[in-house]
Amino acid sequence: MAAACVLAQHGQRPVVLDEAERPGGQAYRLPGAGLRHGAWTPSGQKAQAARLHAMFAAVADRIDHRPATLAWHIHDGMAHVLRHGVRAGVERFDTVLLATGATERLYPVPGWTLPGVTTPGGAQTLLKDQGCLVGQRVVFCGSSPLLYLAALQYARHGAEVAAVLDTTPRARRLHALPALMAAPGLLMRGVAWMAALRRRGVPLRSGVELRRIEAGEGARRLVWVDAAGREQQLSIDAVALGFGLRSETQLAQLAGCAMRFDAASRQFLPQADLDGRASSGVFVAGDGAAIGGAEAAEISGRLAAWAILGELGAPAAAPEITRLRARLHRLRRFQAGLQTAFAVPDALLAALPDDTPICRCERIDAGTVRQTIRGYVGAIDVNRAKALTRCGMGRCQGRFCAPVLAALVAAERGVTLEQAGWLRAQAPVKPLPLAASLADG
Amino acid sequence: MTARFQRAIPAGGRRVSVWLEGVALEAWEGESLLAAILTQRDCLPGDGPEGARAGFCLMGACQECWVQLEQAGPVRACTTKVADGMRIGPYPIRLA
Repeated sequence: MAAACVLAQHGQRPVVLDEAERPGGQAYRLPGAGLRHGAWTPSGQKAQAARLHAMFAAVADRIDHRPATLAWHIHDGMAHVLRHGVRAGVERFDTVLLATGATERLYPVPGWTLPGVTTPGGAQTLLKDQGCLVGQRVVFCGSSPLLYLAALQYARHGAEVAAVLDTTPRARRLHALPALMAAPGLLMRGVAWMAALRRRGVPLRSGVELRRIEAGEGARRLVWVDAAGREQQLSIDAVALGFGLRSETQLAQLAGCAMRFDAASRQFLPQADLDGRASSGVFVAGDGAAIGGAEAAEISGRLAAWAILGELGAPAAAPEITRLRARLHRLRRFQAGLQTAFAVPDALLAALPDDTPICRCERIDAGTVRQTIRGYVGAIDVNRAKALTRCGMGRCQGRFCAPVLAALVAAERGVTLEQAGWLRAQAPVKPLPLAASLADG
Repeated sequence: MTARFQRAIPAGGRRVSVWLEGVALEAWEGESLLAAILTQRDCLPGDGPEGARAGFCLMGACQECWVQLEQAGPVRACTTKVADGMRIGPYPIRLA
């Protein structure tokens, strides 16, 4: 949205292909049209969301905005799209900015495929978009700043938040403090969320171990171990499980971007400079370029727009660009701090029982994956592991199992995550009707 | 439990009538199929990775909430809005 605004304000007429029906992405998601539950935005982001939506609306006549348009393949200056779920088409371009966002990053906990288990982002989306709670009594668990924000939003809207259980030990947050000080405002915001939860009597526990989720009296039971080693149980209606975010890089790969391993976020990202230049005519911005949150997404969008304008010969607004780059540097440093403060649960992965599902779509468990990787003679990366085990071949195309698959390859073969590689993207990036791929509109 | 999701913010628009596996269901205009079904039932029709399913990511990524519309074929329940007269059944192919 921010990139489109900058481009439109400087004489361009960008085409915006938005998969959603209304602008805003995830962070600034508007309530579903027609529901009329008011111009409600979640606390903590009201002002920023309102400002961006207003700015976008102000250039509406200078932008070619195409909602409900999914780009499912991209190559050679063409984006293959599906409009409103039914009409196939092709959009030709000279320059493309990919702002594909992120999904939640998941690490399995036994029982995570039971109905009633979702993600903190999903729980938040249901509230923002539909005005509903995933359950009356909810536990938020895993490790991620989003756990605290979503829990607070739920508490404010009448849910009973049983607890926020963070697998990362509290000491890691102190360790992350220097990096987190790069953006003191954001740090204070996070601290305020935790304080607000405590004032509401919500237990916040760190350094926990999540043992399993099972069917119980209150519909679900979460068995967990506290930092002192004592086993605990919680009866809840729903579990919101999440371990941070995972960039959506499929379109960037298909568009020809090289990939690089980002050690802080433990994932492969499109290789790009700070302004988002990734490949010839291809720019990336937002969480799809690097996890960074809403403000970083806007700033990276603006920088990409300025870079595009620069290539088109427009005069550069040097002070503005310098200011944006400086802020983005700080936000990237802050994000690295968050990755330390909310860590990947290596212990959880190592302790996963063999019968825990890894691939939800194809119902493949950890034992099968481990045995297959161990037994294979020859080099094995995450793509070979996919071919052998079927993990990642299902409907979600590895969105939720790929990080775990890579971790298992690394663990079983004694290689690094970087050596385990990234799951090669294939078109279509989301399932679509066969007729759409055959048509040419 | 009879309903999985709880409506926290009252919906204020028009009522819409859909059919879920042959049973009449009242929804709100603007509701997603997922919200309309799960504020009144505890599961979606059809099977998921653990038998009963209720969606997972709730935002169009996991592909676990597909339902079959008689008139329009398979759709994601979380990203598809209700419309008058929709007839909804289970996704015909087992998800795994």
